[in-house]
Amino acid sequence: MKSTYILGAMAVAGLAASAASAATLDDVKAAGTIKCGVSTGLAGFSNPDAAGKWEGFDVSVCRALAAAVLGDAEKVTYVPTTGKTRFTALASGEVDILARNTTWTFSRDTDLGFDFVGVNYYDGQGFMVPKSLGVSSAKELDGATVCIQTGTTTELNLADFFRANNMTYEPVPIETNAEAQQKYLANACDAYTTDASGLAATRATFETPADHIILPEIISKEPLGPVVRHGDNQWGDVAMWTLNALIAAEEYGVTKANVDDMKANSNNPEVRRLLGVEGDLGAMIGLDSEFAYRAIKSEGNYGEIFDAFLGPNTAIGLERGLNAQWTQGGLLYAPPFR
Amino acid sequence: MTVTSGPPAAEGFRLSQLIYDTRYRSTTIQVVALFAFMLGVGWLISNAAQNLAALGKDFNFSFLWNTAGYDVNQRLLEYSSQSTHGRAAVLGILNTLVLAVVGCATATVLGVLAGVARLSKNWIVAKLMSVYVEAFRNVPLLIWIIIVVAVVNESLPAPRDFRDVETGAIVLTNRGAYFPEPLFSRGLGDVDLGLFKVSLDFLAVVALLVGGFYASGRIGRAADAKQAATGVRPNVLWFRLSAVLLPLIAFLVATGFHLGYPELKGFNFAGGTYVRDSFLGLWIALSLYTGAFIAESVRAGILAVSKGQTEAAFALGIRPSQTMNLVILPQALRVIVPPLISQYLNLTKNTSLAIAVGYMDATGTLGGITLNQTGREMETLLLLMGFYLVISLTISFVMNLYNERIKLRER
Amino acid sequence: MSETHAETAFARKAPVAFVADGQIPASPPPSTAVGPVKWVKDNLFPGPVNTILTLASLAFVALLAYEILPWLIDSSWAPADMSLRGCRAEASGACFAVINERFYQFIFGFYPPEHYWRPTLAFIVVVVSLWPVLFPSAPRKLLILSALSPFICYWLIWGGSIWGPVAVLAAPAVGWLIAAKGGGAITKIVGEDFGPLATIVAAVAGVAIWLLFFLGPVTGALISIAPLALEEVASNRLGGFMLSLIIGLVGIVGSLPLGIALALGRQSKLLIVKAISVGFIETMRGVPLITLLFVASTLLNYFMPPGSNFDLILRVCIMVTLFASAYMAEVIRGGIAALPKGQYEAADAMGLTYWQSMRFIILPQALKISIPNIVSSFIGLFKDTTLVIVIGLLDPLGLSSAIRADQAWNGIVWELYGFIALFFFIFCYGMSRYSQYLERKLRTDHR
Repeated sequence: MKSTYILGAMAVAGLAASAASAATLDDVKAAGTIKCGVSTGLAGFSNPDAAGKWEGFDVSVCRALAAAVLGDAEKVTYVPTTGKTRFTALASGEVDILARNTTWTFSRDTDLGFDFVGVNYYDGQGFMVPKSLGVSSAKELDGATVCIQTGTTTELNLADFFRANNMTYEPVPIETNAEAQQKYLANACDAYTTDASGLAATRATFETPADHIILPEIISKEPLGPVVRHGDNQWGDVAMWTLNALIAAEEYGVTKANVDDMKANSNNPEVRRLLGVEGDLGAMIGLDSEFAYRAIKSEGNYGEIFDAFLGPNTAIGLERGLNAQWTQGGLLYAPPFR
Repeated sequence: MTVTSGPPAAEGFRLSQLIYDTRYRSTTIQVVALFAFMLGVGWLISNAAQNLAALGKDFNFSFLWNTAGYDVNQRLLEYSSQSTHGRAAVLGILNTLVLAVVGCATATVLGVLAGVARLSKNWIVAKLMSVYVEAFRNVPLLIWIIIVVAVVNESLPAPRDFRDVETGAIVLTNRGAYFPEPLFSRGLGDVDLGLFKVSLDFLAVVALLVGGFYASGRIGRAADAKQAATGVRPNVLWFRLSAVLLPLIAFLVATGFHLGYPELKGFNFAGGTYVRDSFLGLWIALSLYTGAFIAESVRAGILAVSKGQTEAAFALGIRPSQTMNLVILPQALRVIVPPLISQYLNLTKNTSLAIAVGYMDATGTLGGITLNQTGREMETLLLLMGFYLVISLTISFVMNLYNERIKLRER
Repeated sequence: MSETHAETAFARKAPVAFVADGQIPASPPPSTAVGPVKWVKDNLFPGPVNTILTLASLAFVALLAYEILPWLIDSSWAPADMSLRGCRAEASGACFAVINERFYQFIFGFYPPEHYWRPTLAFIVVVVSLWPVLFPSAPRKLLILSALSPFICYWLIWGGSIWGPVAVLAAPAVGWLIAAKGGGAITKIVGEDFGPLATIVAAVAGVAIWLLFFLGPVTGALISIAPLALEEVASNRLGGFMLSLIIGLVGIVGSLPLGIALALGRQSKLLIVKAISVGFIETMRGVPLITLLFVASTLLNYFMPPGSNFDLILRVCIMVTLFASAYMAEVIRGGIAALPKGQYEAADAMGLTYWQSMRFIILPQALKISIPNIVSSFIGLFKDTTLVIVIGLLDPLGLSSAIRADQAWNGIVWELYGFIALFFFIFCYGMSRYSQYLERKLRTDHR
């Protein structure tokens, strides 16, 4: 008997706490926290530290959003999701935004009923092999055993790649990066395939990273970005323009350190609008004018976030590559703030 | 329960009798229960329909005929990434069944050995078996599976270590075990059964074996009859053997039977047939885990046969081996078999943990990649649960039949 | 008297040189037939087959020790650089520094460290409240604590105002009030025939109305008067062994009433009730827990009224409870079936109704002899909680992969699995020993 009551109590408490409705922004403001779907652990993108605090590149998107909407980057509830549960978690309102290296594809955007609010990392699927294998191109992998991380577009890309090149292979689908890595190191696979960023992150942790090479072929386009539910355009706009604010901030040289100074002294009208000194852009998406200022103040601009978690000075050591500003030959291009 | 108080005296039927009259009460309760049940189910279904509509999803199984787009490594049917989701699901189901069947077989062997060894007078053997049983019973299976697969990967040599090494017929690598495969140089070809192709050679071998054993059985029974009639048993062993073997050998020679041995080619072994490391690891882990539980039932079963039975059998002058076969085992089996079959059931359900190590069973294909790619949780999970349910109910049914047969006839 | 006779005969003859005046002390048995040597001979080398077995076993143990011991001994617990790299620099063996650093995370998940006392206290409450249930000798008054403990634990772990659980706890009181005080009035209105039934319906409706409509406002009012609250801790901060224990305990406690109902339903002579019970039990037992967890994580929300959405941990608890209740039903059915038929006949002979005989005769005995099996199902359920990793909850195994996503610990394998396995082993082995003890104890009671 007694347990029925507690379940009842919990159900009532749960029902009271969260009901997914169309206006996510209002819900978020009312709840005072953003429910952010992250991966259960992917080096550099999201993982909990010893104190249980989540950190990483994807996590920073959520933190910036919380700073923009709620004024406090700590007001995020992290919901770890797996490849299987992430979309249902978003669809059912269990999370407000999915910041979980999710590839923007046609069917996810349309059929599954989601909206991608932009791209925070341009990735592509690559291969890593041990140097001793003597392979220098993915085209030489005919007959190889390939470890794959499941639950992503990875296995489809791989099947397409080998079919297009008339090669055979043995797929070894693995749920988590850690397990896949262990199999790869034990030579139970010849090659390991996942997003190139993941490969670099994995390789960085090997005892002898120099013994492994990442093959030059990138076999897919993997634009990774935050996802929200389709149909809630206001919330989508908030997420999209917070992300754009981080990208624009880098373009205009606004950093965590100088944001106050820029806000007070900058003469660049674009910067002034971005930081809410001029115009009232924030009100157009249901926030105050300083939303971008708070996001940058709390997390830094895109480049700073990149350098903190993925850049050359971290253990992962990724170059900017495609993820450089358009002015630097990359793909990052924030639409004008006006 | 059935208190018959006679017909109520000339009062006619009152509504309250539905509740207070034991003749009607059970009907009332049943009707109410049925209503409540239907109401509950209806509520759930209507909620689901509303929620699906709100998300713009429909409920249909047409995705099963769409291209799957992913590859599967352990295949019992023809399958490529261009096959359908439905075919991938069938493939997964077959993989589940194979794992379950071989797992049950080895778990039984292990369990019986360990159960007997635990009762051994040999101190160290008994203790080792106790450690084995307790270690496997008290640590979650998932952890064992991950550990065993990791051990397989770490301890066995990689295929490339066999370069310039003479390999035998069976090669154990950390990517799986490779065996010689049967080949027919003048084979009969395949027959296409729609869903999959079956080798006619294989069917012929099976047919010859079945026929051979049937003939051998007939010969044996004829000998029995003769022995019963005359008291002398004719020696028919050679007839029986040749009834089974001769046609088979003739067929194999005629079709040019030979073995294809695995050879290291490129990255992997080619030729021969193989099982993947994930299959090996799962097989070992499931057998060890379930074996530990079976060992306990076997031990309990043997201990349950009272010592007086053995002593009585000895007193009657029955030999020890016969005592075991005719007295102890039949009684112990009655205790052992029901928990044994429920362990088979558990093992079958536990094969779903294959998802943790990348063996593509039904949970891995239908409930895994297919679910992820199509986003049809409701349909895939219903199919998946339906599949497991059918398997479990079949096993339960067999168990009940067996229990009926061996039930002590009480007089 | 022949002895004395013989003595006198002796005395009369020549004097003798030696007369034994006591027994000769027994000489020690040969060294091969006693002590450790005999033990070794009897227990290790009784025959050729056993000798081979013994040697093989010894070789196996030696091999294991040779493989594992150096790794264990040359381990690193607290290198200067708390990372795998630091460990490798310091020692060639195991890197237990990861356990050292993340120990509390393994126990409590991401629970705020300043509040660790709350789950600890909740655990103590659970242990104390289980005491009277498992040990018949414990003071009976503790049963009140047992009844209250779910509410106490809920409040301790999730925090928030105390008035929420209190208001829920008040629900049965409301029902009782309606039944006791309003019974007479209701009977007057609907007439004698339907009085008791209507009272029950009214009480149930009262409870439902209380839960649905008054719970929120009353709780709110009480909070505004006296906010007796602990800091709220969100579900997503639960993890580690605490999460496993919560799911396991909620599952087993919640499955008791459901399991009893299902067991009675399955034994029932009412066809439809029986069919529903059997259908439910067989369905739940026929599918793997993993698919039910998928249902909890992806489908359960679909079956709830549109717009409602509740916590993943709660959904998992619901599914696990349903799953466990099917097994519990079978365990209790076994207990009921084990009772001698005379008990039923005696109850019938006393003129007890079905419910009376169940409540006073059958269930108390059946539950008592089922306790060892209930403990075993709890062990099974507790082990099965590791499966929640597949739906992204951070149980110990889930945490281990999250920890390995940390750059500092990427590449660690055996230390984490070994630690988790050891923890589960200690817990489950302890419980299984206890259940064996109970079984022995209960068996003597009955013979």
